[in-house]
Amino acid sequence: MTTAGVEHLLRELTPQVLGVLIRRCRDFAAAEDAVQEALLAAATQWPGDGVPANPRAWLIRVASHKLTDQIRSDTARRRREAEAAMEAGYAMPAASPHDDTLILIQMCCHRSLTTASAIALTLRAVGGLTTAEIARAFLVPESTMAQRISRARQTIRDSGVAFEATKNLAPVLHTLYLIFNEGYTASGGGSLQRTDLTDEAIRLARLVHALAPADTEAARLLALMLLTDARRGARTAGDGEIIPLDKQDRALWDHGRIAEGVALLGDTLPKGEVGPYQLQAAIAAVHDEAATHQDTDWPQILTLYEMLDRVSSNPMVKLNRAVAAAMVHGPRAGLAMLGELDGDPRLKEHHRLASVRAHLLEMAGETEAAVRNFQTAAARTASLPERHYLLAQAARLRDR
Amino acid sequence: MKFILMMNMKDDEQSRTKGITTWPPEDIKAHIGFMIGLNKQLRESGELVSAEGLAWPSEAKTVRAGAGGTPITDGVFPESKEFLIGYWLIDVDGPERAYAIAAQASAAPGPGGAPLNMPIEVRQIMSGPPPEFL
Repeated sequence: MTTAGVEHLLRELTPQVLGVLIRRCRDFAAAEDAVQEALLAAATQWPGDGVPANPRAWLIRVASHKLTDQIRSDTARRRREAEAAMEAGYAMPAASPHDDTLILIQMCCHRSLTTASAIALTLRAVGGLTTAEIARAFLVPESTMAQRISRARQTIRDSGVAFEATKNLAPVLHTLYLIFNEGYTASGGGSLQRTDLTDEAIRLARLVHALAPADTEAARLLALMLLTDARRGARTAGDGEIIPLDKQDRALWDHGRIAEGVALLGDTLPKGEVGPYQLQAAIAAVHDEAATHQDTDWPQILTLYEMLDRVSSNPMVKLNRAVAAAMVHGPRAGLAMLGELDGDPRLKEHHRLASVRAHLLEMAGETEAAVRNFQTAAARTASLPERHYLLAQAARLRDR
Repeated sequence: MKFILMMNMKDDEQSRTKGITTWPPEDIKAHIGFMIGLNKQLRESGELVSAEGLAWPSEAKTVRAGAGGTPITDGVFPESKEFLIGYWLIDVDGPERAYAIAAQASAAPGPGGAPLNMPIEVRQIMSGPPPEFL
């Protein structure tokens, strides 16, 4: 097998092996160290000597030896504790490789962790990214990321997280969704590492979908990622300038991803309850399947936003519903809905309320008010490319 | 979410932060120890991007490009102007956490160990493009 082939295989096997080791020794850091050593041994030996008949068993055996060595070199008291835990671990019924990976992912996304910690630990332990790679992706120093990961392991140890898979995948899906967004909302030019995050999120979502094929929301999250990521190549210009959906060159969309996302969504339609990922994915699919912006099926999008508002209501959903209403019933209908949102403390000062209002005012022909709202939105946003976009809109209308 | 926490001082005789040069040695030591401890805490929590202190404003120059781009320096400042004397760049879960850290920095000990409660300016750092709103 080639070196690249071995690397790929090792990345696939890492979470399975780590899951087994953690279950046995209940010490995240020690298990990770042992697995790292086993991976290093495999990466140096396998390309020359050939891959063993059962690579997973080989890795588990070597990592277990490393772990035992490590425990022996520890102090006597810690050793007694660790050995007792190891014995208890061995005595536990063997879990399938699937379950081990699932347990590991669920530990990494446990509710006791902060969002940033869960993301970092998932990318490290399940994704197999190096600490340096994760640090680069989040634009923080490597030492900061190392601390974040080590604290996350500590939190898991202290909180006594159960070493068993549960049916509730919601925290896992939420973490993967955030990893995807982090990559998708990364600055354009010059930060290629960050788009790696979307690829990694999709890879992990595929893994979770394969591990829990009966979980419809897991399948729908994967569909949502594929349907959104399909537009990646068209949503920014070379210099990082934002290109809004209605101005995107649809030939640049990844139609393979769109087809895959639509198929996944179709497979889950007759199953399970209506969920938020399903509705978001369905909205993305309606946009993706329109040949031009004018062909967009806005009545269907409006219906989907009304359903989303019932399933998981939040101010952003209400804002998007107002946009859809404006596209179906005209800008006045949308503006009237925005009026109802003015009293919402979560939205009152939010740039997105001003920018939606600006777009709808422009549609309604109220140029001056539109300019003012574009400027307000530009002053409020924390996204640099979005500020440039909003200022450009204000200038375009003002000088018309 | 990244934020910058900016610690300013007024360059006048009344300023308590400037007065640090006149504090008893143990108070200076306590103040510096507090700042080192805060940085250590932020490093260990995985939230610190960077932290720097700046040279005294009396060493500062204002530079403008003159004819042909030659730098023209100006070292004279109007009285009681506020100066940046140090900053933290942090990466935290949200603004509330940034405010909590700023409040902690604000309460750095001054003369006699009493909290200074100095103003800390908190500004969010601009990020990449937002999610695509459909």
